[in-house]
Amino acid sequence: MISPAVVLDHVQKTYGQGAQAHTALQSVSLEVPAGEFLCLLGASGCGKSTLLHLIAGLEPPTSGSVSVPAGGAAMMFQDPALFPWLSVADNIGFPLARKGLGATAQKARVQELLAMVNLDGWGHRQPHELSGGMRQRVALARALAQDARVLLMDEPFAALDAMMRDRLHDEIERVWRETGLTIVFVTHNVREAARLADRVIVLASHPGRIAGEFSVKLPRPRRIDAPEVAQLSRTITDSLRSVLRGNDDAS
Amino acid sequence: MQASSSTPSPWLARLAALATAILLWQVVVWSGWKPVWLLPSPLTVFLRLATLATEPAFYWAIFYTLVRAVSGYAMAVGIGVASALLMLRFRLLRTTVAGLLTGLQSMPSVIWFPLAILLFQLGEGAILFVVVLGAFPSIANGLLHSIDHIPPLWIRAGKMLGARGWSLVAHVYLPAAMPGFVGGLKQGWAFAWRSLMAGELLVIISDRPSIGTRLSFARELSDAPDLLAWMIVVLGIGMLVDGLLFSTIERRIRIKRGLFET
Repeated sequence: MISPAVVLDHVQKTYGQGAQAHTALQSVSLEVPAGEFLCLLGASGCGKSTLLHLIAGLEPPTSGSVSVPAGGAAMMFQDPALFPWLSVADNIGFPLARKGLGATAQKARVQELLAMVNLDGWGHRQPHELSGGMRQRVALARALAQDARVLLMDEPFAALDAMMRDRLHDEIERVWRETGLTIVFVTHNVREAARLADRVIVLASHPGRIAGEFSVKLPRPRRIDAPEVAQLSRTITDSLRSVLRGNDDAS
Repeated sequence: MQASSSTPSPWLARLAALATAILLWQVVVWSGWKPVWLLPSPLTVFLRLATLATEPAFYWAIFYTLVRAVSGYAMAVGIGVASALLMLRFRLLRTTVAGLLTGLQSMPSVIWFPLAILLFQLGEGAILFVVVLGAFPSIANGLLHSIDHIPPLWIRAGKMLGARGWSLVAHVYLPAAMPGFVGGLKQGWAFAWRSLMAGELLVIISDRPSIGTRLSFARELSDAPDLLAWMIVVLGIGMLVDGLLFSTIERRIRIKRGLFET
C-alpha cells in the first residue's frame, strides 16, 4: 500500500456569513496516493479551483483538514503568470533564488529544467517573446523548480489550441513519469481527463462535492483520439450529465 | 524602432517645434510690444548664453543647483517609497493618511517657504525641506496606485513560489509596479525641480551662487538677456532630465516587458 501524498478529511469551505453564506465545498474527503495522476473534473462553479487553493495552502478550509507532504505543493494556473520583468531563466530560477540557492547551483538547475521542458537555448529570452504553449512550459519548469512532491494544475492548457494541447499532454505525461510527482489536475475537458488520469473524480456543484469516481486502467501513452479514450469519455460524460440533471432538479 | 520608418524622426519634429517657438518670440520682439532692453531678441539671448558658457561661474551655478536637486530628490524618493510601503502594510494608515497625501500633493510648494524659513533660517535646510515636501507625495501616491494595479495573479504566483513578507515586496510588488511607478517618479521630479527653483529665488545663499541666485541678480540689475539666458538653462535641464533620463527608463522597461506595439 502506497502512503497517500494528499489527504483531505471532511473539508468544508464557506465564503461569507449568515444569509450571504455560500458553501463552495461540502464535506470533501479524498486521498491521493503518492505518484498518482488525479484529474478533478466538473462544470464551472463546482469548486475545483477552491479545492486546489486549499491543497496549495493559499486559503484555509472552514472546517476539516488538509494534509500535504513537507515542502508543500507547487501550482500552475491557466495563465502562465510569468513575471514579465524577468527573463525565462530568471523566472524558472525565482523559487530557487527565494530558497537562497547560490548563483552557480541555480544556473545549473535552471539548465536542467529548461532541457526537461524542451526549451534549451531559450533562457535568455523575455516571456513576451514566447508562444502561449512555450510560456506554459516555462511555468511548468518554474513549478518543478520548487521541488515539491505534489504538483497542482488549474486548467493549465485550457487557453491553448488543440494541437499545442496534445503536445503538452505528451510533455506533462513524460515529466510525470520522469519525476514520479503526484499530480492533481483540474479540468472541465472530459477527453483531457481520460487522456491523462490514473483516476478521475467528478465534482458536482452548489455546493461542490464529490459525485463520482473512475479508475482509468488504459495503457500509456494514450492518444486523445483513441477509441478507448473516446469510449471512457462517453461514460464519464454520461455520469456528468446525470450529476448536472440532479443539480437542476434540486434547484 | 519600426515606427520611425513611417513617421518623421522625433528629433526632427522636436527641432521644428523649437524653431516655431523661437520664431514666435522673434515676432513679438519685432512687434515692438516692449523695448528691446526689456524683451531682447532670441539672437541677443543666445549670444549671451554663449558668453556665459565660457565662464566657470556658469557651471558652478548649475552644479550648486543640481546638487540640491539630486539630494532633495533622492530624499523624496526614499521618504515617498517608505511611506507608500508603510501605508500598504498598515491598512488603517492608508485610509487615514492617503487623503492627506493627495491634499499635500495639490498644495503649491511655495506655501511651505515661510514656515521653512522660520524653522531652518535662510539656508540649505529650508530649500531641502520644501523640495522634499513638494516631491514625496507624488512619489508615494504613484507607487501606491501602481501597486493597486498589479494583477493579483502575480502576487498569488509569487507567494506560491516562496516569496513572503519583505521578499514578496522586493521581488514581486516593486518590480511589478515599476512601469506605473516611473510616472510617479517623473512627476515627483517635476515637483522637486519647481520647488527648488522657487526656493532658490526666495532663499539666496550668497556664497553659493546657484541658478536661482543668478536669476535674482539679473532681475535686480534689469539685465534681461542674462535673465532669459538663465531661464533657458532651467528649461534645458528640465527637458534633458525628462527626455534623456525618464523617457529612456520608461522605454527600456516597456521594451523589456513587451509593452510596445510592433
